[in-house]
Amino acid sequence: MKVRFSLNGKEISVDVDSLRRLLDVIREDLGLTAIKEGCGEGECGACSVLIDGKIVNSCLVPIAQVGGAQVLTPEGLKGTPRGKCIVDGFTEAGSVQCGFCTPGMLMAAEAILTKNPNPTEAEIREGLSGNLCRCTGYDMIVRGIEIAAEKGEGLW
Amino acid sequence: MKDIQKAVPRVDARGKAEGTTAYLADLRMEGMLHGKFFRSTRARARIVSIRKPELPAGYYIIDKDDVPGENVVAMIENDWPAFVDREVNYLGEIISLVVGPDREEIVRIHDSIEVEYEELEPAFSLEEASALKGGPIHGKDNLFADYFISKGTPDEAFRKAARIIEDTCDTGLQEHIYIEPQGMLGWWEDDRVVLKGSLQCPYYVKHAAQEVLGCDDEGIRVIQSTTGGAFGGKEDYPEVIGAAIAVAVNRIKKPVRIVFDRTEDISFTCKRHPSRIRFRTAVDEKGGILGMDIDIHLSGGAYETYSDVVLQRTMFTATGVYDIPSSRVRGRAWATNMVPSGAFRGFGAPQALFGIETHMNHIARELKVDPLEYKSRYFLQKGAATVTNGRIYEDVLLPEMTRQIREMSNYKRKYDEYSKSFGRGIGVAFALHGCGFTGDGEQRLIKAVVRLVKREDEKIEILVSNVEMGQGLLTTYRKIVSKVLGVPLEMIIYENPDTARVPDSGPTAASRSIMVVGYLLQEAAKELKQRWDDESSFEVEKHFKMPPHTSWNQDTLQGDAYPSYGWGVVAVEVEVDPVTFEVETKGIWAVHDVGVPIDERVMEGQVTGGVIQALGYGSLEKLELKDGRFYQNTMTDYMIPTSLDFPKVEGSFVENPYPYGPFGAKGGGELVFDSAAPAFSAAVEQAIGKPISRIPVIPEDIMEVLS
Repeated sequence: MKVRFSLNGKEISVDVDSLRRLLDVIREDLGLTAIKEGCGEGECGACSVLIDGKIVNSCLVPIAQVGGAQVLTPEGLKGTPRGKCIVDGFTEAGSVQCGFCTPGMLMAAEAILTKNPNPTEAEIREGLSGNLCRCTGYDMIVRGIEIAAEKGEGLW
Repeated sequence: MKDIQKAVPRVDARGKAEGTTAYLADLRMEGMLHGKFFRSTRARARIVSIRKPELPAGYYIIDKDDVPGENVVAMIENDWPAFVDREVNYLGEIISLVVGPDREEIVRIHDSIEVEYEELEPAFSLEEASALKGGPIHGKDNLFADYFISKGTPDEAFRKAARIIEDTCDTGLQEHIYIEPQGMLGWWEDDRVVLKGSLQCPYYVKHAAQEVLGCDDEGIRVIQSTTGGAFGGKEDYPEVIGAAIAVAVNRIKKPVRIVFDRTEDISFTCKRHPSRIRFRTAVDEKGGILGMDIDIHLSGGAYETYSDVVLQRTMFTATGVYDIPSSRVRGRAWATNMVPSGAFRGFGAPQALFGIETHMNHIARELKVDPLEYKSRYFLQKGAATVTNGRIYEDVLLPEMTRQIREMSNYKRKYDEYSKSFGRGIGVAFALHGCGFTGDGEQRLIKAVVRLVKREDEKIEILVSNVEMGQGLLTTYRKIVSKVLGVPLEMIIYENPDTARVPDSGPTAASRSIMVVGYLLQEAAKELKQRWDDESSFEVEKHFKMPPHTSWNQDTLQGDAYPSYGWGVVAVEVEVDPVTFEVETKGIWAVHDVGVPIDERVMEGQVTGGVIQALGYGSLEKLELKDGRFYQNTMTDYMIPTSLDFPKVEGSFVENPYPYGPFGAKGGGELVFDSAAPAFSAAVEQAIGKPISRIPVIPEDIMEVLS
């Protein structure tokens, strides 16, 4: 099946099985490997992408569902002022340890700040609750997003 | 604050956050084949026959008959077969490896392999193992290890006792849930097998691959790929995967990769040893402790892995931070028909510390004394004899740490108030963690070697086999060397280790990477600095030496089990719902002595991460076995903490420089796991007014305790 969608701002078309996971299309067919497979069942958030601005686990999305949608991955976010601001916040706060969950956390941070440019700690924790991290205990990821919110005034 | 402590941006942060850092599953090789293990579906059986399907061209089934060397996964004992020979000892044991280009075809081949089993009676529990149900799994008695140590005059202590207080404490299985599942890639290059994988110990994997291949030192090369979390789980299991891939690549001569999906990872990789520890304490008329009798049982699973040394650490940590005048400690590690237990952050210490902390709480409660006040009476001090009749050589800052934790958590007011009614509680637990390998293991087994290279371009390269796995080594090793040399961090090179290039500085384990290997790097950097102008490029090599103050007898298990200790105290405050018995954690406070943190933020990250992982162990992470299979084999069912489960960890450090650690640093990566689970259960105990002796503490258990 042919599916057209926008990936990181570029219109693309793929011809694959309609049930193929968006995760596999992005990682294997298109070679964008920033998002990771941590569980394959929508629990860990390592494969998070934004579809039309909403955070989604790409391992649960059949490709047929993204027809006409705007899909954003870390490859598309990292070079933007927002993406840079979150990466800077993560670096300053020590949000990154093993790093396997971090690209997903980057997407979660973008979703949190898009919804609310000045989130409280509780709102950040709520927004991160679909993304699991086993290294940090989350405190420093929360802090990284707080720093991004402070320094990125006006970006969101 | 010392200069070294000041946080610098982690060198690996940006690439990981942007997603440009490649992990194993992100690598591709021309002509790469995929591998999938075919595993036993019985927990204990004899294989009568195996029927393999016709294989299409380009597909292979690799098994014991393809092993050119010894068919074992070489660890301490070579008891774990790389591929099943005739007997199966746990559900999921590897019988063969299906290899080929197309994953769907691999699954089809995998599903059409037929095995006829002759079923045997499995032993799963400690009771069944000790009763030798179905006959011994290991040796004649099912014991991987059985040790006894004694201190002081325990017989006399129990003779004089006014009363004896007893407890039996149980801890459960725990799965690591590194977010990156296990994986490895192997290929054939320059007439040898090369393995690249998500792993902690390149030389352990090399050793295991060498054994199955029967090759010499040059016949195998191991490279670490950027590792997405490990926590001990990539200390042992990569040897299992590595041995199998080495055999496959040796036969096929093409690249082969295995990446586990989460269910395979949870179902079949090594777990934290479950434990049962019985405490008997002789107490005098005034409530003073005369002596303790401690009987430790660890459930080791089907093969030994590191059970022997895990057990030693449990035993040598059995009396915790307390100076108990007389003690007897017996420890046994049992073979069962379960997935082998293995390394997990803390390596036997968390089990011991849950036990001793819980038991001390119960003694205090029986005596109607505040547990924190009671525990404080027994703190080890500098010069005190340890449970192995060694010495504490360092200042013990527990009184100051206790003062800080009292103040931070507002302990006294809360403890008094929460004692009066149901629903809220505060608990405090202490820990010590022996740094480095147990006993003389660093000298007898590991013999670490490090190299520093001054290059023509004046850059300095660190050559060690220790790996970054999230804990910050890429940054902290560079900091140590750059500080000694007085050059910017950017001048220091430290890449993921490749056994073709780096010497064996030992495994990334046992809280040794900073204290032991980091110290050797500091010494090497000092020499390099002295000789800096002698030549434009040269190499400095340093070999491990035992610190002169330590002595150890491995036959009697007497002496200094560790050269130094990290120390910790954690307080946890909870509220228990009177209807649902759900527990909400209201506050977490932590004070640690890791000598001098090499980077304060890196170490803070260890504290927050270790404490939350331990709270998962203490309160959420239930892993149950039914007929040899785990009930919770997905991340939906096996629950680890989310960002909503616990509040922020308020932490601090006390400085206590250790002369044989770099810039005074000791180990800290495991210590931070040691206290939070017993602190949590102590808080729940106070909230519900009943003793608890088992973790994880889940609402169903609280209901049971209360009814």
